[in-house]
Amino acid sequence: MKIDMSYGSGGKQTGDLINQVFLKHFNNKTLNRLEDAAVLSVEGKIAYTTDSFVVTPLFFRGGNIGKLAVCGTVNDLSMMGAVPKYLTAGFIIEEGTELETIEEIALTMALTAKEAGVRIVAGDTKVVDGNGGVFINTSGIGEVKKGGISISHCKPGDAIILSGNLGEHHAAILSHRMGIENQIASDCAPLNSIVQNLLDSQIRVHCMRDVTRGGLATVLNEAAEQSSCSVEIWEAALPVSPQVKGFCGILGLDPLYMANEGKMIAVVPGNQAERALKAVQNSKYGTNARIIGTILEGNGVRMKTRLNGLRTIDLLYGEGLPRIC
Amino acid sequence: MKIQEVIDELKSYDGKPVKIMEVCGTHTSSIFKNGIRSMISPKIKLISGPGCPVCVTSAAYIDRLTEFSLKEDHCVLTFGDMMKVKGSSMSLTEAKAAGGNVKILYSPLMALREAREHKNIQYLFAAVGFETTAPIYALMMEEMQQKNINNLKLLTSVKTMVPALSYICEREKNIDAFLSPGHVSVITGADSYLELAEKYQKPFVIAGFEGEHILAAVYEIMSQLKAGRYEVKNMYATAVKEKGNEKARALLSEYFEQGDDFWRGIGIIENSALRLKKKYEMFDGGSRIEGVNEEMPNGCKCTDVILGRKNPAECPLFKTACTPLHAIGPCMVSSEGACGIWYQNS
Repeated sequence: MKIDMSYGSGGKQTGDLINQVFLKHFNNKTLNRLEDAAVLSVEGKIAYTTDSFVVTPLFFRGGNIGKLAVCGTVNDLSMMGAVPKYLTAGFIIEEGTELETIEEIALTMALTAKEAGVRIVAGDTKVVDGNGGVFINTSGIGEVKKGGISISHCKPGDAIILSGNLGEHHAAILSHRMGIENQIASDCAPLNSIVQNLLDSQIRVHCMRDVTRGGLATVLNEAAEQSSCSVEIWEAALPVSPQVKGFCGILGLDPLYMANEGKMIAVVPGNQAERALKAVQNSKYGTNARIIGTILEGNGVRMKTRLNGLRTIDLLYGEGLPRIC
Repeated sequence: MKIQEVIDELKSYDGKPVKIMEVCGTHTSSIFKNGIRSMISPKIKLISGPGCPVCVTSAAYIDRLTEFSLKEDHCVLTFGDMMKVKGSSMSLTEAKAAGGNVKILYSPLMALREAREHKNIQYLFAAVGFETTAPIYALMMEEMQQKNINNLKLLTSVKTMVPALSYICEREKNIDAFLSPGHVSVITGADSYLELAEKYQKPFVIAGFEGEHILAAVYEIMSQLKAGRYEVKNMYATAVKEKGNEKARALLSEYFEQGDDFWRGIGIIENSALRLKKKYEMFDGGSRIEGVNEEMPNGCKCTDVILGRKNPAECPLFKTACTPLHAIGPCMVSSEGACGIWYQNS
């Protein structure tokens, strides 16, 4: 059955959509009350964020837009040392979308939220003209368990830990769009368990960032800029799967600039690096974590190449598009 | 010889300054990605040549594309790199924002699918490139014939590298040697540089794209220069044969013929175009653009960059007025262009 404009009218069909899809899957006391707003209890300081998701295709190897929408907000909250508690979800659905599509997305969101330990406590649905597209906005609240974690708190001597392989989400999406058959799956995942492990291990984490659009290069440049320091990474230490490496080689892409949806960096004091690495590696989504570099005095981001050359790593300018030759 | 010995040798070079031109954008990019400059003596200067097809495409060509995209039920298909290059009034990105229909493709063969799926739309494919990309265009046309696809045409701007190298050798006497392009050589073959090496007495060394390949090629060049030799040396033998890819070359000569061509920033280079033959004019979307003679923007040193006289950082506009987000010269526009690569990496 296809969604038409009547599903956004606020009448019977809207009610059906809410009851039969969203309440069924997101099912929790706060949401089920269907009040105008969720009334929530929280402890201490909160972290609060929002993100919108417009990916095409809606479904890809390793996930779908719903999984992204939950993970994206959960990860942003986690990076501030917060435990994600509550999410809201706003859906903008183009007419012509199959009801089954929305149901599958909602189911994935529910499963991902469960895994991450968050509840979806409020929502909204709009139907607009179009041709089967779906856009999702999520916002989230988390309870801050460890304050003082900031992109501006990197210090010379700190170690940089990357939680796993680079470029997988970007390569999976691009493969899908280009009709290339391969086994590369998006890395889309909630990272709060990694953060929990780090904090449980009493690591004095200075900075955490999820490595999303713009890739590792962009995150490291932000860290260097905001913390007024220099970043050095080591090419030989960067984890990239052979499949993604091959994919990048053919298309002239650079894993340093490719988007991820389930990777983060943690910047920790040098003398706690090994312990922090273990904590990350002991997490479900951090098994392939590596210490990839260090913070130095100075400015900018440089990479020691495999051959011991020095390469400057700048921000991404424009889109990372495949080259002509 | 171990790679570390090659690096040590190149690092400690203290003879007369040497200028080596790499003519392939992928080499330029790899030189940065591997930090090659930091591993060799400052007396060995690596300079970038005209190896970016987007950078040398005329503004008049872009104009054809933008005009086409703005017509009703017309659509331009292009590689991403072409989107930002300015025509005389606008780029494809600007045409798209003004309501033009422009789609970015990742492979030329995707154009066929697009045309088959939307028969009511007239498509124009921006077929830009060197010898490397042209055989794929030939394959495209083969398939268009077989599948009877009538709503897709090619606007070709296919250039060939050897005439451009010849042009540079003739005019730029202070370039000591050439790092020959890897991909182009796969098609043309190592022998295509024999005449140039002999005539201009310069080493032409063909390299692959890994850091080690480039270092080994630079080492070979330095050895040749030291010994006063000027040979064509194929150091990418896994992919490049003496005679090239004969099947691809046969495809090229079936569909294309040589002609003079305008290179943005350089001017007319004789016999440097591959133009569609008359018998395949049904695939041609108006590629022949006569009388092109375009000036470069004020202050822009792209001409000097493409011809190896200056490196991008020596241009007064570089990183000041000219940046990837506000490109003045064509070499800044493309991720394959020398200025774009220098900006991103230096």
